[in-house]
Amino acid sequence: MPRSAGRGGIPQERRELVTERNIPLWEVFIRSRNGLAHKHVGSLHAADSEMALQAARDVYTRRGEGLSIWVVPSAAIVASDPADKEVLFEPTASKVYRHPTFYEVPDEVGHM
Amino acid sequence: MTTIIAADAPLVQYALRLADNALVLGHRLSEWCGHAPMLEEDIALANIALDLIGQARPLYAYAAELEGEGRNEDKLAYLRDASQYRNVLLVEQPNGDFAVTIVRQFLYAAFMAPFWRLLAGSRDATFAAIAAKAEKEAAYHLRHSAEWLIRLGDGTPESHARAQAALDELWMYTGELFEADAIERGLIERGVALDPQTLRPEWDETVDRVLGEATLKRPPDGWMQTGGRTGRHSEHLGFILADMQFLQRAYPGATW
Repeated sequence: MPRSAGRGGIPQERRELVTERNIPLWEVFIRSRNGLAHKHVGSLHAADSEMALQAARDVYTRRGEGLSIWVVPSAAIVASDPADKEVLFEPTASKVYRHPTFYEVPDEVGHM
Repeated sequence: MTTIIAADAPLVQYALRLADNALVLGHRLSEWCGHAPMLEEDIALANIALDLIGQARPLYAYAAELEGEGRNEDKLAYLRDASQYRNVLLVEQPNGDFAVTIVRQFLYAAFMAPFWRLLAGSRDATFAAIAAKAEKEAAYHLRHSAEWLIRLGDGTPESHARAQAALDELWMYTGELFEADAIERGLIERGVALDPQTLRPEWDETVDRVLGEATLKRPPDGWMQTGGRTGRHSEHLGFILADMQFLQRAYPGATW
């Protein structure tokens, strides 16, 4: 089977690789005014870290969302395999004792 | 067709010069919306356009208030013809390729960032307040355009050639930024307006530093174009206004 050819006769798969190498993908994390931790908000393309920071500011903080930005090369993120979901996460379902729901809260503590 | 002529008072004219610079460049940048080289830059240019239009608005409102003719910011923006516009020629130049847009933005922002910072000390409280807000925006416009220019200049042979060509093409519009005429002299003496010559060393320093990093050659200061601030514009401004003013010309007073 011939590979699908994109514009200019460059195979689609290779063209995307070239773009990705010159303008890599970055993940953007924003710390909001009322949040303590940086939260993942999305991704963007940028040639380098300074341009990624600026793009993150322009794309993701237009409505006063942020006080601090992190950008991380997407390639630097190690992700768990969705196929491992059952192995990794299901065993915890039967361990209800890990939730702090078996303690009587003394009245004096008040609202928790 | 209704066409208005703004008052000659120096303070009105000064406010209009600053407002027209911001509005015309803001409109130019808005032309990139949906057309920029990449999504991230599309939004970045639209952000800068909105900053600039946001700077123009209180300046028009102030000019209208000083005039006392019962006009408002919309009337000053939409009902003056090209010969009544007071912007420098640099900001009305066409977007060209991305390099032209970035060079135009850089040359302007390198001037406006220190301009607003110093105008924040104006004896005129309204100018001072507008400048204090615009200062931070202009500092970011400078940072954004400078970083792009460094990457275009110090990028591929193609991007370098385009950046150098854009610089050579636009350089003759930089002289006008530093002009001050009789209208401004009086305001400068009163501590209301800024003598643009005082910004020259910082502008030179910024331009030389960024061009150096970008491996671009600073063009020689040859013959400089001028005239925008007294209403003598290039043919481009008429097309901008035709686009921008169409609605108010065709449907006077239309609101939504």
